[in-house]
Amino acid sequence: MSLTRKTAAELGALVASGEVSAVEVTQAHLDRIAEVDPKVNAFLHVAAESALEQARAVDARRAAGEELGPLAGVPIAHKDVFTTTDMPTTAGSKILEGYRPPYDATVTARLREAGLVILGKTNLDEFAMGSSTENSAYGPTRNPWDLGRIPGGSSGGSSAAVASYQAPLSTGTDTGGSIRQPAAVTGIVGMKPTYGGSSRYGVIAFASSLDTPGPFARNVLDAALLHEAFSGHDVMDTTSIHAEVPPVAEAARRGDVAGLRVGVVKEFGGEGYQPGVLARFHEAVDLLESLGAKVVEVSCPSFTYALPAYYLIAPSEASSNLARFDGMRYGLRAGDDGTRSAEEVMALTRAEGFGSEVKRRIMIGTYALSSGYYDAYYGSAQKVRTLISRDFDAAFHQVDVLVSPTTPTTAFPIGERADDPMAMYLADLCTIPANLAGNAAISVPCGLAEEDGLPVGFQIMAPVLGDERCYRVGAAMEKAFEDRWGGSLLSQAPTL
Amino acid sequence: MSAITRDEVAHLARLSRLALADTELDHYAAQLDVIIGAVARVAEVATDDVPPSSHALQLTNVYRPDEARPSLTPQQALAAAPAVEDDRFRVPRILGEEA
Repeated sequence: MSLTRKTAAELGALVASGEVSAVEVTQAHLDRIAEVDPKVNAFLHVAAESALEQARAVDARRAAGEELGPLAGVPIAHKDVFTTTDMPTTAGSKILEGYRPPYDATVTARLREAGLVILGKTNLDEFAMGSSTENSAYGPTRNPWDLGRIPGGSSGGSSAAVASYQAPLSTGTDTGGSIRQPAAVTGIVGMKPTYGGSSRYGVIAFASSLDTPGPFARNVLDAALLHEAFSGHDVMDTTSIHAEVPPVAEAARRGDVAGLRVGVVKEFGGEGYQPGVLARFHEAVDLLESLGAKVVEVSCPSFTYALPAYYLIAPSEASSNLARFDGMRYGLRAGDDGTRSAEEVMALTRAEGFGSEVKRRIMIGTYALSSGYYDAYYGSAQKVRTLISRDFDAAFHQVDVLVSPTTPTTAFPIGERADDPMAMYLADLCTIPANLAGNAAISVPCGLAEEDGLPVGFQIMAPVLGDERCYRVGAAMEKAFEDRWGGSLLSQAPTL
Repeated sequence: MSAITRDEVAHLARLSRLALADTELDHYAAQLDVIIGAVARVAEVATDDVPPSSHALQLTNVYRPDEARPSLTPQQALAAAPAVEDDRFRVPRILGEEA
């Protein structure tokens, strides 16, 4: 079997035992990138030389008798919102074209420490704002299942890279669903850890109270191994939680649901949901029941207000965070002809450097925070946030995990929602509550929708710091489904 | 809730330091009006007895010891600057002509 078809755990074991070198593994993935990425456009930057250099370093450590970690020598695609000193970091924006940060994000540093080989940086919606990767200043990424469709967003380059076997692992950030939604529509696994469980230091900020780095992989165990590799307390992030990383890899290996109480969120389903998505979702719920889980329906009435609250809170935080892109200290500077004032240059720089979705959100945030509107908009949204946390608290008194479809529909065609921001925002309908409350949540594949043959994602939400429950349920489901399908869902994807 | 007008978008753009072309104002006015109209629903359930949450975790004042640590050199800090002069960021004039 080709090296690019192997799981991260298998590759790590092969490298550790010396059966295959890290250089061979890296070269196989670089070859795959050269072969298929012209069609997919998952990568903004491929760092072939530095990847091979990192791989040689891993091989040298092994040759010197050093014991390697489980992911040493395993290639990874890194979302271009994490700072990297040795590669450009653009956040998918023209305003940061060619920018080289002076420091590594904590997640970047931990990938390096774990011996992971960074293949390059992946495409995203500009500043992680979007659900389709169409908002990138560098062109859209395409879904490996159907090149005419979106790979989800904002981490669409990372989902597409893993789904097209260009990398066994990738990183993402999830602010309103930007890991889970792309994972769902490309048929892979994507996890949003508990907020504060993974460091935001060096993640170009979108909405700081929501942004959460997390892993993508082709199976649940690989996602858990990557989760463990980069998570945990970080003194450089004041919102980082002072707690042990939940035992996610152990949970992924265990993968049983006997006696577990599973709550189906009553509010997520019905009108606006694609019938094929709901059919696969209900089938997966039945599967969990057949594996010994106790399934009940749970009502979370405030969840229907999560989407409007999010589209006030996230733009408000973004309008503040993106004030730093002023053309003075780094990035693009436009219109500085010696006659204009700094303020005029800032306004010209931002008009030229930001795309239309970013401008829209900055203005919505500015509106929601302005005097006279603050209480009605931002203030009310913050109250909804409290109500959503209360719904989660009440639900987790009755059940161990909550489940829903990850997205209301499968991947939509590129361009279909580009001129309709509200239709685009609906892609995040089911994923947003976990961001507002800070919970752990995962998306795992649960089959193909009958009407279009495209992947459907199953979302499992767990309490704050209950991340291992997501992996436990996800792994149990994955095993049962793969027995039924005779392999992974992704093995049914068309050849590129 | 009042509709978002063209003038209001021009005001928001000025506050946001975005030099929008006149032709863009109508386009954004229509879009922002739809979005703001849709998200205004939050007021339906945001009653006086509900406290606001600014954050998912209830952390307060996280401190670390006030100790000197290595930081960026001037060269590193200035490496990505659009314009540099004498180890400093060079910026366009900040004050008006009359100042």
